[in-house]
Amino acid sequence: MIAGRAVFPHRHLLGIQGLQPHEILFLLDEAEARLDAPADQPPLQPLRGLTQINAFYENSTRTLLSFEIAGKRLGADVVNMGVAQSSVKKGETLIDTAQTLNAMRADILVIRHASSGAVQLIADKVDCPVLNAGDGRHEHPTQALLDALTIRRRLGGIAGKRVVICGDLLHSRVARSNILALTALAAEVRVCAPSTLMPPAVERMFVTPYTDFDAALDGAHAVMMLRLQTERMDGAFVPSPREYRLRYGLTPERLALAPHALVMHPGPMNRGVEIDSAVADGPNSAITEQVAMGVAVRAACLDVLTRRTRRVEGWA
Amino acid sequence: MSVTAGSAPAVAFANARLVCPVQGEATGTLIVRDGAVAGFMADVPADAAVIDCGGKWLAPGIVDLGVFAVDRPAFRAGGIVRVGLMPDQSPALDDPGLVQRASLIGRPDLWIHPIAAATRGLDGIELAEMALCASAGARAVGTGGRWIADSGVMARVLSYARDLDLAVVAHAEDGGLAAGAVATAGETATRLGLSAAPAAAEALAVARDLMLAEETGARLHLRQVTTAAGFALVRAARARGVAVTCGITPAHLLLDDRAVSDFRTFARLSPPLRGEADRLAALTAVADGTVDVLCSGHQPQGPEAKRLPFADAEAGMAGAETLLALALTLVRDGLVDLPQLFAMLSRAPARVLNLSAGTLEPGMPADLLLFDAYAPWRIEAGTMKAAAGNTPFDGLPVQGRPLRLWKGGREV
Repeated sequence: MIAGRAVFPHRHLLGIQGLQPHEILFLLDEAEARLDAPADQPPLQPLRGLTQINAFYENSTRTLLSFEIAGKRLGADVVNMGVAQSSVKKGETLIDTAQTLNAMRADILVIRHASSGAVQLIADKVDCPVLNAGDGRHEHPTQALLDALTIRRRLGGIAGKRVVICGDLLHSRVARSNILALTALAAEVRVCAPSTLMPPAVERMFVTPYTDFDAALDGAHAVMMLRLQTERMDGAFVPSPREYRLRYGLTPERLALAPHALVMHPGPMNRGVEIDSAVADGPNSAITEQVAMGVAVRAACLDVLTRRTRRVEGWA
Repeated sequence: MSVTAGSAPAVAFANARLVCPVQGEATGTLIVRDGAVAGFMADVPADAAVIDCGGKWLAPGIVDLGVFAVDRPAFRAGGIVRVGLMPDQSPALDDPGLVQRASLIGRPDLWIHPIAAATRGLDGIELAEMALCASAGARAVGTGGRWIADSGVMARVLSYARDLDLAVVAHAEDGGLAAGAVATAGETATRLGLSAAPAAAEALAVARDLMLAEETGARLHLRQVTTAAGFALVRAARARGVAVTCGITPAHLLLDDRAVSDFRTFARLSPPLRGEADRLAALTAVADGTVDVLCSGHQPQGPEAKRLPFADAEAGMAGAETLLALALTLVRDGLVDLPQLFAMLSRAPARVLNLSAGTLEPGMPADLLLFDAYAPWRIEAGTMKAAAGNTPFDGLPVQGRPLRLWKGGREV
C-alpha cells in the first residue's frame, strides 16, 4: 500500500491541474477525517510553532477567514497580509514581495492574486510550500475540493453524477478548478452561460456547454451557481441583472426541473440575480455546508503540505 | 561577368557559396570595389585583396524590418546590417529631430532606417509630419505596435503616405477585439484563465487595411500576418493588384499557443501565438510566396518587464540573434531554398523601405554576411548578446550561425 509522501508528492498546491484522481481523493479523505472526528476529543495541533502567512493581494472575506480559522485550529501562528497594508501599493514587484516573505521564513504561504499565474510565479521563488487561494481566473483549488467533498457527502459519490455549473464561467477560477476536479473524478459536467460569458473551446476540458439553463438542468444531481460580478451585469457582458435572472437565475420554478438537485454557490451570492432566496435557503441548498467543508479542506491541505517540514513519518 | 579595373583596389571574397535572392546560388568569388558589389567571378583577379570564405555561404546582410530597440550586439551576432526601427520608442518617432537622431546613431556599422510614426504620438488621431520625417531619414511610416481604430484616420494616413511614396507599416489586430487580450482564444488560454481575443481579430484588421490600401493606392506592409484568414485576404488582394506585402517572425512559424503553457512570459508576443492550424497555414504561406518578409521583431525585455504574472508582462521577444538559425529551418524543411530565404530576409524588407540593397547584384552596397548554414549551437537565454535574453526558444538546439559581417565592404 502506498502511504506518506508517495501518495501526495507535491510540494505546493497551485491548482487541480496536475493532480491525479487518487491525489484529489486523498485530500478529500484527509478533510473528511477531520469532519468525522469526535467533537469531545481535544484538538490536535500539528502545526504548533509553524508560521502561516496569508498573503491576499485581492480582497477576500470568506476565503481569508476560512484559511485563518483552519490554520489556527491546527495551532499555526497565522499572519494575514492584506493588499491595503502591503508595500504592493508602493510599487514593490511581486517577486520582491515573494523574496521578502521568504526571508521571513514562513513555513507555509497562502496566496491570492488578481492575475492568472501569479501564485505559481511566487511559488517558484520561495522555499516553503505555497497554497493557491485563487489566482486571477485560473484556479482556486481549495474551493473545488470543498465543492467535491460537499457533493460526495450529500450524494454519496461523485462518479457518474451530473453536475451543472452555471454563470460567469469566462471570468471564474472556481469554475475552472471545479471542471478539472469533477471531470477527474468521473462526474458528468455541464456548463451553462450566455455565450458572452462562456470560455472559448471549453468543451476541450471534457464538459458539455449549454446556453439554455432549462435544458442543462435536465436530470441534474447538483447545480453549482457562480457569482456574476456587478460590473459585468450592466451591458458589458449581459444587458441587465433582471434579464440575467430571466435566463440564468435559479428560481424555485426552475429548480423544479431538477427537484432533487443539490444547490451550491461559492459565495458571496447576488440574491435575486443568479439565485433566489427561496432556493438559497431551501431544503436542496448545501451552501452553508460548503462553508463548513471549506475549513476542513483547508486544514487538510495545510496539514498535508507541511508534513515534510514537520518530518512526519513517511513524509520527511 | 567581367570586372573592369577601377580606382580602388578590389576585394575578392573567394571560395564562397554565393547566395543572391535575384541571381540564385553560385560557387566562386564575389568582387567588391568601392564598397559596392562588382560581380561574381570564377577566379580571383590578380590585383585583388583576397578574403577566403572557406567554402561557407556568402549572402546579402540581413535587413530586419520592424525592430523595437537599437541593440547593436544582438544585430551584429544575428548578421543584421540594417534595421527598420519601429516608431514605438519613448518618445514616439513622430518628430524629424527624433527621426534624424535615430537614423544616425548606428553608423557606420549598423544602418538604422526609422519607420516614422504615422500619427502624432502613435495615438491614431492626427497625422504626423511624414514628409519632414522622411527628409530626416525615415524610410516608411507606421502604426507601431498599435491599431488605428478610426478608419477615416487610417485612410488619410494611407493616401498621404502614397503621395510621398512611403510604405505604411501596419499592425493588424482589431483594437476592439484585442483590447486587454494577452493570448489567442482557444483551449490553452481557457485552461490558463488568460484574457484572450479570437484569431479573427487579425483578419478583421487586415481586411480593413487592404480595402483602404486598394482605395487609396498606397503601399501597405502588414508587419505580421499570422492566421490562415489573414493570408487568404492578402492573397486575394494581391491578385487584385493591391500593393501589399506582409511579414512574419520565426516564432509564429515554429511555435503555437501551447508555448505559453505554464505562463511562460517569454512566449507572450504581439500578436499572440496562434493555434496549430494557423501556424501550419503560415508555413504554407511561406512556401507559396505569400509571406514577403521574415523579421525578428526584436524587442529585448528584461526581468522587470517579463518576470511578472503573464497578463502583466510586456509582450515581445529578443529575436535578432536567433533569426538566421530559425529561418534556416525553413530551408532544411524544404519550404524555400536559400535564395528565396534571403529574399525574405534581405531583398523584400529593403524594397519595403525603398532601399537599394539586399541582393548581390552589381552596384549594390557590399552588405555581406558570411555564415555557416550547418554550425550547431544551442539557444540559451542566459548567454545571449542581446540587451535581454527573452527568447521563447530558450534551450533549443539549432543549426546555422553568422561568421563575419561587412557593411558597405567594411567588416563590422
